[in-house]
Amino acid sequence: MNDAVLRIQNLNKRFGALHATKDVSFNVMPGEIHALIGPNGAGKSTLIAQIAGTLPPDSGTLWLDGQTLDDLSVAARARQGLGRSFQVSSLAESLSVRRNVMMAVQALQGTSFRFWTPVNSDTSLREPAEAVLEQMALSHRADTQVAELSHGERRQVEVACALALKPKVLLLDEPMAGLGPEGTAKLTTLLETLKHQVPILLIEHDMDAVFRLADRISVLVAGEVIAHGTSETIRNDPNVREAYLGDDHA
Amino acid sequence: MTQSHTLTATGLARTTRFRLDREGWISLSLLLILVVGATVAYLAGERFFVNLASRMVIIALAGVGLNLALGFGGMVSFGHAAYFGLGGYVAGIGAFHAFDMTPALGIPFLPNGSDQMIPLWLTAIALCGLLAYGIGRLSLGTSGVYFIMITLAFAQMIYYFAISWPTYGGEDGLPIYIRNQLWGLNTNNSLVFFFLCFGLLVLALSFCHRLLGSRFGAALTMARLNPIRLATSGVEPRPIKLMAFVISGMITGLAGALFADLNGFVGTSMLDWHRSGEIMVIVILGGVGRLYGPVAGAMLFVAMEFWLGGLTEYWQFFLGLVLLAVVLFARGGVFGLLAGRSRHE
Repeated sequence: MNDAVLRIQNLNKRFGALHATKDVSFNVMPGEIHALIGPNGAGKSTLIAQIAGTLPPDSGTLWLDGQTLDDLSVAARARQGLGRSFQVSSLAESLSVRRNVMMAVQALQGTSFRFWTPVNSDTSLREPAEAVLEQMALSHRADTQVAELSHGERRQVEVACALALKPKVLLLDEPMAGLGPEGTAKLTTLLETLKHQVPILLIEHDMDAVFRLADRISVLVAGEVIAHGTSETIRNDPNVREAYLGDDHA
Repeated sequence: MTQSHTLTATGLARTTRFRLDREGWISLSLLLILVVGATVAYLAGERFFVNLASRMVIIALAGVGLNLALGFGGMVSFGHAAYFGLGGYVAGIGAFHAFDMTPALGIPFLPNGSDQMIPLWLTAIALCGLLAYGIGRLSLGTSGVYFIMITLAFAQMIYYFAISWPTYGGEDGLPIYIRNQLWGLNTNNSLVFFFLCFGLLVLALSFCHRLLGSRFGAALTMARLNPIRLATSGVEPRPIKLMAFVISGMITGLAGALFADLNGFVGTSMLDWHRSGEIMVIVILGGVGRLYGPVAGAMLFVAMEFWLGGLTEYWQFFLGLVLLAVVLFARGGVFGLLAGRSRHE
């Protein structure tokens, strides 16, 4: 239990009468992909916002690598090692892929109040950014404007930005959404190799991908985690089948 | 090794100060027109036109300041007259006490007023930085229309404060009888004064160029384009924007000090919200977020003010038409029209 990279404990969030997050607890272990699934309106987005730091929970605690994240801003959480990608990718459209990734390298080095040295010729920023792009098989797109990229490539750039921060955990919000079968297959392969480098909390709709990738799955229904376990356990859990999967999935 | 060498080489080639592509040529031409224009006018004995060129340069400098916040930081400040005016009052009040040989602001512990430009400029820059820090800290919690309104409100507070302070002329303003001095230079000479202002403008432009290419500039660009991405990358957007806002106020304040010395007068008209609008207009006219945009904008603005203003007192109607045309048809402003779209890395 103490070895968990990301620990979420008794998280609660209410919006008036709606109990959007109900006593949610789970953890992400080193080397694993932990998937969080749930039907629409289950409170996944609310939960992600609380983990990422955009929405304060009413109660409960988050730990990243033994340190609490409570009261930390989005940027402070990122510096602590929480890398994330968005459901709708959020990048600087008019900048090149490299410049987007270089921003994260710069943040990792903690040096944004330097006013003189030009960044374009700064190899201490360029080289780490290019290394990450190579790992993501994006080297050939380094000079391309983000606005010209395909949907799938943007997802990859977001993951590259997150990786450049050398995160302790990756939070991926529906990375497969909107990707064709080919893109999904590519990303699946990538995530499979990536999990050995950094554990992943995967929020995903694509059931095939989840069952293929996830080491463990938590199922969120109406703000509450109704089941934890391996793909096999979740597949055969009658509550989950009733609430979410439907019989035809088995 | 070889690869990192070539990387550095191309990197250097890219950042060389005046790589003279089209944008570089246009920028250089604008500066040359000012220099040649002022010099020719001086030789022809037309002091008025030298001062007109100085006016262009000083208003351009104020615009360069605002452009850092508005164009590069995405902060639409409608209160930059506060810094312009404060800079002006520093020059005026300094000269006032130097003339009277009394301590600054009449407070006994303070040193006497000064008629030396360097200490006055430094004081103007420091005070405007402090003021911008205070206003920025309180305003940057808001965005959009609220940011516009709150910066306007702060500037108006300072405007009314100046009106109600009789020591320095209140509504009547404060004359500067003798232009402030700089070492052994004859600052009363219109061409000398022009080149002083011009030198500071070039300095400010080079400073901003360097700043925008730095790590800070990269963070500021990201804060404008996508603050969520910046925060997700681990950098707090607010301190970055606040720093840019402070530097912006400092540059505009320096322009204010020069403006007061140019006119031999500082009054509440320098703090008026019309003035904030005017600085904003020259930035938009010239090209928002283009380094040399305010230079083009100020030249066009002052030229129109002079020629159209001589023909009709309704010249601002035509200014409005031009502004409308720029906003509708030339988003990059006059500078964008001349130099083409801006390139992004």
